[in-house]
Amino acid sequence: MDLAAAELVIADWIDAQGDERDQLLPLLHHLQREIGYIDDAAIPFIAAAFNLSRADVHGVLTFYHDFRRKPAGRHIVKLCRAESCQARGGAAIEAAASRRLGVAMGETRRDGQISLEPVYCLGLCAIGPNALVDGRPVARIDAAMLDTIAAEVAV
Amino acid sequence: MTRVFISRDMASVALGADAVARAFADAGCEVVRTGSRGLFNVEPLVEVESAEGRIGYGPVTAGDVTAILGGSHPNRIGDVGALPFFAAQQRFTFARCGIVDPLSLADYAAHGGWTGLDIARLAEPQAVVDTVKASGLRGRGGAGFPTGIKWQTVLDAPGGPKYIVCNADEGDSGTFADRMLMEGDPFCLIEGMAIAAHAVRAGHGYIYIRSEYAFAVETMRKAIELSAARIAPFTLEVRVGAGAYVCGEETALLDSIEGKRGQVRAKPPLPALSGLFGRPTVINNVLSLAAVPFILSAGAEAYADVGFGRSRGTMPVQLAGNVKNGGLFEVGFGITLGELVNDVGGGTASGRPVRAVQVGGPLGAYFPPSMFDLPFDYEAFTQAGGLIGHAGITVFDDSVDMAHMARFAMEFCAAESCGKCTPCRIGSTRGVEIMDRIIAARIPEPAPPTARTGTLEKALYSRSPDRIEVSPGAQTALLRDLCDTMKYGSLCALGGFTPYPVLSALDHFPEDFGAPAPIAQAAE
Ligand SMILES: Cc1cc2nc3c(=O)[nH]c(=O)nc-3n(C[C@H](O)[C@H](O)[C@H](O)COP(=O)(O)O)c2cc1C
Ligand code: SF4
Ligand code: FES
Repeated sequence: MDLAAAELVIADWIDAQGDERDQLLPLLHHLQREIGYIDDAAIPFIAAAFNLSRADVHGVLTFYHDFRRKPAGRHIVKLCRAESCQARGGAAIEAAASRRLGVAMGETRRDGQISLEPVYCLGLCAIGPNALVDGRPVARIDAAMLDTIAAEVAV
Repeated sequence: MTRVFISRDMASVALGADAVARAFADAGCEVVRTGSRGLFNVEPLVEVESAEGRIGYGPVTAGDVTAILGGSHPNRIGDVGALPFFAAQQRFTFARCGIVDPLSLADYAAHGGWTGLDIARLAEPQAVVDTVKASGLRGRGGAGFPTGIKWQTVLDAPGGPKYIVCNADEGDSGTFADRMLMEGDPFCLIEGMAIAAHAVRAGHGYIYIRSEYAFAVETMRKAIELSAARIAPFTLEVRVGAGAYVCGEETALLDSIEGKRGQVRAKPPLPALSGLFGRPTVINNVLSLAAVPFILSAGAEAYADVGFGRSRGTMPVQLAGNVKNGGLFEVGFGITLGELVNDVGGGTASGRPVRAVQVGGPLGAYFPPSMFDLPFDYEAFTQAGGLIGHAGITVFDDSVDMAHMARFAMEFCAAESCGKCTPCRIGSTRGVEIMDRIIAARIPEPAPPTARTGTLEKALYSRSPDRIEVSPGAQTALLRDLCDTMKYGSLCALGGFTPYPVLSALDHFPEDFGAPAPIAQAAE
């Protein structure tokens, strides 16, 4: 990670939003949006900015599933694994997606092209199986749709 | 210029509404993006304004524009509100959703918006609290606690500043009502929060929205900006979650807003007395707060007149999973589970028989069709060994493996446990292991070589895996024991209610756990 860039993002955020502790989650979201992930090396800067211990920041960072501590793939497919999507064939689609995209659930493909991540419900539960492809919601995923998604994230 | 209405709801967009909207704009139409009406098998839905009212067509694609504008499209619905799915509803909370432009203050005012707030602000806070009490409104987030009583505690609490927190974490699978309301009628939630603020003398509020709901976050933020002058001096802001299911639990949510790990707090103190930043705090679900404008404008009786037993008013029920007419169905309490699943829902989408429904999300029980005469009512569901929760109903057809669903419930609890107490943090992992053994053992296998016979007895608990008694009967006994510990030894409902889906699956579908089928079902 470009530590200098991260430091700048952190400093700008504190300037604009203040250093009250309740800004910690908004900052982590912002940092991940800007840099892509949150490197452990950034923890001391965040801790200093909020006057918290490093352990405290580490504890928060690792508690929430959303925060990434390693770079993700260039494309991110978040596939729903929750009950309503399972009721509509989600498990089979998960296995097929893993094969079609060439990456195991929860992993980033070795060439860094795709991350396949689990998500537990997107609130689209009557039209599953569902996914977010780079943030765009897709519903009623079947084999043909997987081909479309695969073509989209291959580039 | 022809005006057409097309939903911008996340579900509609997932089904292709954006492309349809673009095609109509290209054809020279004025496109108004609304929320979703809530019936997904007619989406993407387009409604064309005409002298006879809005004429609906759905489902449609971008290629259908000419046929629709010419009036010849085969999927012509006509008046969407006249469809049986909508005609049978009582829409108090969702009256505007799918009809208005969610971010038009003019639309909101023209459809009865702000009346409740104006009435509230002319009254004393105590009178507003009394009205909410008289309506019988109970918390729609799951626990069903009377909203008026919660507000009374905050109104009476000494000290300030006081806060209004809206729980929009909606993590339960099978639920999407909070999302639909925030995307389709955000001012309704804002008005409800402003009324709550007046009722308890709070100055600032937070809406905590799960990060998976990017559309709702954007719509709410815009709506707050647009209505800031209307709700002043009350102020509001959105906070975004970070993918932790347990942050839907109210005290974990407060810790999360404060910038901490989302761990559950021990009660007391009640959040009503010592909540956000240690201050008196109203924390309510989206649907609880969004019901309040109707209660204030139409009166407490109008709300309380509808319902069943101690469950008053309407519930926005969400039909999800393998169901034909999936969507949002707002109706008075008392309708039976069978009416919802079979009559309204139309049975499964796959056309196969319904085998099980899970009500109330990942912590809710599984019910077989033999229990479909259960009325939708908090007390009735509790008595039947389940819960209404946030009123999501997930339908499964006969291809479901209930042992896998029980395993999933344990797996989900293990993934989402906040880690504060042992029965939940460790018990859920042990539960996954037990379910794995049951699933492995129920498939009859040739007897293993009996090398150790005669040396040591098999046991329920052992550090050496080959000594564990793995018969389904023994493991089921162990599972019940574990569920008992989780149920009575957990601090919050994540660990405490995970036994509901697990034990209901075991009780109603023992054949999936390697035991004989219950007589009644086997005889069918
Ligand atoms: C694990 C867990 C998750 C919960 N998730 C939610 C949720 O997503 N939304 C919600 O409104 N309530 C949720 N609740 C219930 C809240 O703790 C709380 O009862 C509710 O927000 C109170 O608001 P109400 O009285 O309006 O229902 C959850 C509870 C638990 C134990
Ligand atoms: S039951 Fe689970 S989620 Fe709830 S407080 Fe205990 S460890 Fe946390
Ligand atoms: S369960 Fe997959 S979107 Fe809700």
